[in-house]
Amino acid sequence: MSRDPVLKVTAKFLIPLIMLFALYVQFHGEYSPGGGFQAGVIFASAIILYGLVFGVEQARQVLPLAFMVRQAAAGVLLFGGVGVVSLLRGGEYLNYNLLAADPVAGQHLGIILVELGVGLTVTAVMVIIFFAFAGRGRD
Amino acid sequence: MEQLIVSVLLAFLAATAVAVIRLHNLFTVVMLFGVYSLLSASVFLIMDAGDVAFTEAAVGAGITTVLMLSTVALTGARVRRRKGRARTLLPLALVSLTGLALVWGTLDLPSYGDPDAPIHHHVAPRYIEQSPVEIGIPNMVASILASYRGFDTLGEVTVVFTAGLGVLLLLGGRRKRGEDDEG
Repeated sequence: MSRDPVLKVTAKFLIPLIMLFALYVQFHGEYSPGGGFQAGVIFASAIILYGLVFGVEQARQVLPLAFMVRQAAAGVLLFGGVGVVSLLRGGEYLNYNLLAADPVAGQHLGIILVELGVGLTVTAVMVIIFFAFAGRGRD
Repeated sequence: MEQLIVSVLLAFLAATAVAVIRLHNLFTVVMLFGVYSLLSASVFLIMDAGDVAFTEAAVGAGITTVLMLSTVALTGARVRRRKGRARTLLPLALVSLTGLALVWGTLDLPSYGDPDAPIHHHVAPRYIEQSPVEIGIPNMVASILASYRGFDTLGEVTVVFTAGLGVLLLLGGRRKRGEDDEG
């Protein structure tokens, strides 16, 4: 939307940092505040910043809408799939104890996978909503 | 000291709210909503609710502001002023009444940080005692959200997913003639 070189250079500098921070929030969520939801929103804000500075059309080319929709579905499926796996291993739905030999390790694995699912879905949905809103005003 | 900081932040919150009501340029109002969220996040942080503060800052101050700005870009930023007192009196009375009812409701709440409050005697002690053994991760919020309340979180993710689909069905996709062919 903007053709300001200062904005472009600053955004180029900030976007990788924001994405890196989102990954930190995602995978360090067991040790510090944060988790899949916050990480997803932060990651999406990096993409939205890209869209704001370089134009929504260009952002759509980097991340096509069809891909975002699939990613949103994949996140929910991953979350639900973890539950199905624990069912198949003879436990209750979403009981992570049975995901690994050791219950605590199973809980770790389960939480990491589930948070990843949350992160994928939230990122994709935030980007979808932004694309849907920002893509409308162009005629 | 903490009390002082919270009081100042709450005063800023009130000032922001009044400014939002008085202003007529929607762009400014949206930016002030962002400020409001950031101030709320600071209050949450002082109350040691790191995860909540994080979410409020990222969602309230970040994403929501962008989405509201996109909406204002579509609808226009000017508000038409209405003449006449009668129209404003009824809403004012209604809002004041609701506000008073809410304040009255808080009188029954246990005071902030009260260790005898019912909420601290329900499942919280069990989480605090057992989650380091059962789950073994330091961030207890994560273990509650992702493990003890996994069903709840699965429901939330589904809600987010459904919201995305709903927006896509209402606003997205087909209106871009000839544009989808390129991508």
